[in-house]
Amino acid sequence: MKTVLSKEMEEIFAASRAAGWVLEPKAKQLLSMAGLAVPRFTWANGIDEATRFARGIGYPVVVKIVSPTILHKSDVGGVIIGINSDEELRAAYERFRALQGFAGMLVEEMVDGIELIVGAKVDYQFGPVILLGIGGTSVEIYKDTSIRMVPLIPQDVAAMVRGLRAHQLLEGYRGSAPIDVQALTDMLMAFSAFVMACEALIESIDLNPVKCSAKGCIVADARIMLAAEKKE
Amino acid sequence: MNLQALFEPQTMAVIGVSLTNDRNPANVIFTKNHLRYPVKVFAVNLRGGELQGERVFTSLAEIPAKIDLAVIAVKAEQVPAALDECIQNKVKGVVVISGGFAESGRQDLQDRIAAMARTAGLPLVGPNCLGIYAPEKVDTFFLPSERMVRPEPGGVAVVSQSGGVLVDLMVKFAGEGVGLSHALSIGNKAVIREQDVLTYLTQEPRTTVITFYVEGFGRNEGRSFVRAAGACPKPVVVLKAGKSPGGSRAVSSHTASLSGDYAVFSEVLAQHGIVEARNELELISFCEALSCYQDTITGTIAIVTGSGGHGALAVDACSAQGLAIPVLPEKVQQEIRGKLSPSIQQIASLSNPIDLTGSAVDEDFIAVAGYLSRLPSIDCILLLLLPYLPGTSSDLGALLSQVYLREGKPLVAYIPHVEKYRMLVEGLELNRLPVSPSIEGAVLMAEALRR
Repeated sequence: MKTVLSKEMEEIFAASRAAGWVLEPKAKQLLSMAGLAVPRFTWANGIDEATRFARGIGYPVVVKIVSPTILHKSDVGGVIIGINSDEELRAAYERFRALQGFAGMLVEEMVDGIELIVGAKVDYQFGPVILLGIGGTSVEIYKDTSIRMVPLIPQDVAAMVRGLRAHQLLEGYRGSAPIDVQALTDMLMAFSAFVMACEALIESIDLNPVKCSAKGCIVADARIMLAAEKKE
Repeated sequence: MNLQALFEPQTMAVIGVSLTNDRNPANVIFTKNHLRYPVKVFAVNLRGGELQGERVFTSLAEIPAKIDLAVIAVKAEQVPAALDECIQNKVKGVVVISGGFAESGRQDLQDRIAAMARTAGLPLVGPNCLGIYAPEKVDTFFLPSERMVRPEPGGVAVVSQSGGVLVDLMVKFAGEGVGLSHALSIGNKAVIREQDVLTYLTQEPRTTVITFYVEGFGRNEGRSFVRAAGACPKPVVVLKAGKSPGGSRAVSSHTASLSGDYAVFSEVLAQHGIVEARNELELISFCEALSCYQDTITGTIAIVTGSGGHGALAVDACSAQGLAIPVLPEKVQQEIRGKLSPSIQQIASLSNPIDLTGSAVDEDFIAVAGYLSRLPSIDCILLLLLPYLPGTSSDLGALLSQVYLREGKPLVAYIPHVEKYRMLVEGLELNRLPVSPSIEGAVLMAEALRR
């Protein structure tokens, strides 16, 4: 069950230590290496690169500011969804360039689905725990979550889903198709192994939102907060 | 570490008795064990002398017996020396009653005695605790005997960080007729912690239910505790104090904000099949029910009452817990009706709740309880017994116990607890059927069986 971090993963963590958190493109790279599905994306350092990538995967796309000083991107207008053309992409790029600590633009494919939050925290009393909940920007209003100690077993995931007040949303509500529960289970199991492997390095992780549909579960945003100092 | 000497000592030393003040905690402990318990107890004070006609020894080395359990009740600064003496004299277990350690800023002193005990492999309870109450064996609580309420010996073991809460729980267990196997206050838990006690109680034959009052765990201590408790074949019930988030710490992530200490605690208990009691009423109710019945139920309840209003309140309480109260099929209702006294056959309401009305007699309750005990779709019977109904008698409790002993299906009962109705309550409790003084408590008893 317990995996170890690859050398490449260790390097990403080491390079992020000064900022105290892992930038979204690097976090997604880590998660992808850990076996979680992420959207196709690029970390563009110029408008030409951004345009090339957006045309390649096809509009519409999502763009996000990459900045080591901006933790809450939405709060500063650093996330724009539904970019439909080269012109809109350029306008977004120009806007982001004016934001603090600008270090490029994340361009990625749009994904649909119910918004969940998948999180991890290293709890003082119980060690690493994993959280599943109704996600999105209003996550702290709904406060609809299930928490389990790692390592998870597949039955834990089923119990976590049942433990959500809004679990019917995931099971197909008023004509919508149920989400791919197997994909969610696979994601949480991979996440559990990842969290155990990097337990000593992290303080908490937010994957919010994770977009879940009948077609699968994809990490649309990711933030990895590092521990102040490496624990024994 | 072997904890047996703590709970079943043959010999005991009380270090720190006063020669002048009989209210000194050490004197209270010496006196009660000397007079009331089979343990051979020796008083120790550096100055020697006599206490209640018994010799006071100046040191452990002077005592002409090997000491199983030493109770240390000297000032905090003198504890290391007393502990050292215990180690030199190969004492098998120690309870440090004295306060003045981590709880008042002397973590250093606590670390020092913890290190001494660990190095010597000596089980140490405390400091800053009441220690051990083992019915008919030993009692290190510094509370005078006449002030204590002692539950009957029984199957429930209670372990508490707080001595005060422990004593309070003992009062309530006694009031509810719940028998205790052990009560242990672990105080600052410098050496012996919840998990050590759990390990001992898991294999201790008298203990059938283990319950903990927990204020908090050390780093990662909760992790190993819940794993051990989850693997324990006996039911484990935990009450956590400190449920509100402590202050508004700035948290950098949604996950950290949504998974506060208590949220994690509560969910992790559930993950490991540990019963969480959210308050004292739940703790008492759960322990009482689990000490009577070990088999797990799915939670389909039949409610039997002499009052429609009580039935309705019980339905509300069951629904709030997610317990099912299935409507009984017409055929079943007909069969039940055929067993009732003629005077209530036409007026009883039998769909579930089963309201036998204020005109019911003992035989009606017994017939219905017997029938439901054999009905596979019901796995627990909730009896709402109203002793003021004219047709029922004080024998009804004992008679219903016979139904359980014959049929083996769990019965839980609500009976208002006043002295006048005591015989009815005891008719059930003395036969190890759980009875609550509130409808909510009785429903919690049924809920506990679903663990």
